[in-house]
Amino acid sequence: MATHARILSRIIPDSFKVGQSIRFNSYDATRVNLKLSGNTKVICQGFTGKQGTFHSKQAIEYGTKMVGGVSPGKGGKTHLDLPVFNSVKEAKAATGADATVIYVPPPGAAAAINEAMDAEISLIVCITEGIPQQDMVKVKHRLLRQNKTRLVGPNCPGIIAPEQCKIGIMPGHIHQKGVVGVVSRSGTLTYEAVHQTTQVGLGQTLCVGIGGDPFNGTDFIDCLEVFLKDPETKGIILIGEIGGVAEEQAADYLLKHNTGPNAKPVVSFIAGLSAPPGRRMGHAGAIISGGKGGAQDKINALEKAGVIVTKSPAQMGNELLKEMRRLALA
Amino acid sequence: MATMLRSAVLAEHILLKNATKVLGSTTSNWQPQKQQTRNLNVHEHISYTLLKDAGIQVPKFGVAKTKQEAKKIAQDLATKDIVLKAQVLAGGRGKGHFKNGLKGGVRMVYSPEEAEDIAGQMLGQYLITKQTGEKGRICNAVMVTERKFPRKEFYFAIMMERAFSGPVIIASSQGGVNIEEVAAENPNAILYEPIDISKGLSKEQAEKVAVKVGLSSQKDKTADMLLKMYDLFCKKDALLIEINPYAEDAGETYFSLDAKFRFDDNAGFRQKELFALRDWTQEDEKEVAAAKFDLNYIALDGNIGCLVNGAGLAMATMDIISLHGGSPANFLDVGGGATAQAVKEAFKIITADPKVHAILVNIFGGIMRCDVIAEGIIAAAKELNLKMPIVCRLQGTNVDDAKVLIASSGLKILPVDNLDEAARLVVKLSNIVSLARDAKLDINFEIPL
Repeated sequence: MATHARILSRIIPDSFKVGQSIRFNSYDATRVNLKLSGNTKVICQGFTGKQGTFHSKQAIEYGTKMVGGVSPGKGGKTHLDLPVFNSVKEAKAATGADATVIYVPPPGAAAAINEAMDAEISLIVCITEGIPQQDMVKVKHRLLRQNKTRLVGPNCPGIIAPEQCKIGIMPGHIHQKGVVGVVSRSGTLTYEAVHQTTQVGLGQTLCVGIGGDPFNGTDFIDCLEVFLKDPETKGIILIGEIGGVAEEQAADYLLKHNTGPNAKPVVSFIAGLSAPPGRRMGHAGAIISGGKGGAQDKINALEKAGVIVTKSPAQMGNELLKEMRRLALA
Repeated sequence: MATMLRSAVLAEHILLKNATKVLGSTTSNWQPQKQQTRNLNVHEHISYTLLKDAGIQVPKFGVAKTKQEAKKIAQDLATKDIVLKAQVLAGGRGKGHFKNGLKGGVRMVYSPEEAEDIAGQMLGQYLITKQTGEKGRICNAVMVTERKFPRKEFYFAIMMERAFSGPVIIASSQGGVNIEEVAAENPNAILYEPIDISKGLSKEQAEKVAVKVGLSSQKDKTADMLLKMYDLFCKKDALLIEINPYAEDAGETYFSLDAKFRFDDNAGFRQKELFALRDWTQEDEKEVAAAKFDLNYIALDGNIGCLVNGAGLAMATMDIISLHGGSPANFLDVGGGATAQAVKEAFKIITADPKVHAILVNIFGGIMRCDVIAEGIIAAAKELNLKMPIVCRLQGTNVDDAKVLIASSGLKILPVDNLDEAARLVVKLSNIVSLARDAKLDINFEIPL
């Protein structure tokens, strides 16, 4: 089965694979919506469910400005001392919410994303894992042709600006406000990078988990642009994994936009170097098909772009500190 | 008589070569790849049935569970050229062999009696191919089909492709076994037609593809086939339908001579009928057991068992073990919502593998709470009476509670906070156990207080 996928992967021309996935200017304009602050107002879709409740509690404890939630049929009630609404439109009108986090199970998750897009909410973070790919293709089709809403995920841990705003399931206490931008396809592997950069004293400005699904709302390049333009972000960690060509595309972007004397140091780790070919290791997106999407290709592409790629997941923080010291940034 | 025999052997030889190529199993730089699990894989006859039910022309075929059925199907096919295909979910069937000695999982036969005989030797037997490993896979059904003699061979596929943010038709007039070389040497021979998911595939667009690929004389029929293919693709939440070759036979009708499907696991909840077709007899028992508890488990060849939360971290854990000179025995992602029970089951599955000499638990708790993991580990270690060393590296939500639980359990679980150290330690320990086993020594680990 894997061999024909391999055939197909060879067939798709390289120009389509690297650098030319369809980009719409309108959607790119929403990259700025990724910049969270202490004032970002957040609502929760799936508010009264088990996951929604647990993580909203955690978010409130962390200091995120949760302003309410959506649970169709429960509008008018209160939950966790916050108002519940029947729809995102109602919630936004009443609270002025900037962002929504979605904990709705897979059968209804795409509809929840659409509902938030209807309400023109600036940022949607969809945590749900297991949304059918066809559903996400349709969502993405709509997403790319508008310029009000940015989607992060699905199947992602979320996005956090340490000590300001936490939207997602990441453990807040390992984070520390600082100078590193972290972007990753993985959830728990992101926490490793965060933990390490906290331990070496660098801290983080913004951590974005873009998730492991093949059709999703935000990719590496979207986050890299935010990090490169943000004066507080002095270093970047990019965590990739086998499958697809997102890392190669990121490398291409860095070659064009992150060179010269003001280039920001980037450290990367690519998971799956030791994974046997043809195996799907958990993520829908993490399949090596036919020679492309393998870890070594990504490592090569990133190194060409001046990225320091570490072979050990335990050395991301150390490598970045070393490089930032070398550049007198830390 | 001698000439006939000789040509029969030659034809069989050619067919064998072609069959394996059609199955896509042998090209110059092909590596043996294990079956992708938890990604719905259906038997060939089901692929044929799906196409047939969608109105796409396939060769006449039947599925035999007994040799008598094989004979009957062969008789009904009323042709002297019959192909028997063992229904085993692995590539390389043509070149494989059965445990009872029968050579080849794809065989040409020339009479219903021969069909009965050969099918009888296939059914209930294990077929060993490059992809199945020494154990092989059980053959419980044989597809009996009329042999086609393809003249012109085309390639058609519809797949969900990241690069196009959606579905795309891929087509070529140079289909068949060498499609990969074609792609490498003559990329212009491959055409791509992205489909707008919101609009679907129109007749005009399908006709355009038919003409571009060189089938203007068959424009209507080809467009019709493509429309049906796309309809099937959407209806079944397929991620890929590949027909290679779509070929003209001597009678100038076009047939789909081989089809591969890949389905979206995430759509299981709304494709119950389709997913009920999953043949668990074709999958590794451990991986089947794991799926029952929503654990994502893939068996590998090494001797260090891994238990991790999150696919990325699990892969990274395998990477760091390799970096320190060790060899992971498995990939196992317990996921975000695992209970203590699931963790215990995960341990059972890992330790059921006799090759495992040491275990590394690497949990970074986000949704996953470390104390839940700790409870699971303790329960498992007690119930399974584990003798092998367990290195436990925990971080994140409720980590302090977890450490207290482990310390007060009195079990031989080594807590290590640093991932590098944890990996180094587990590799060392697994080497010690290996040496001890080689020397036939019993080994006991004590943790000094």
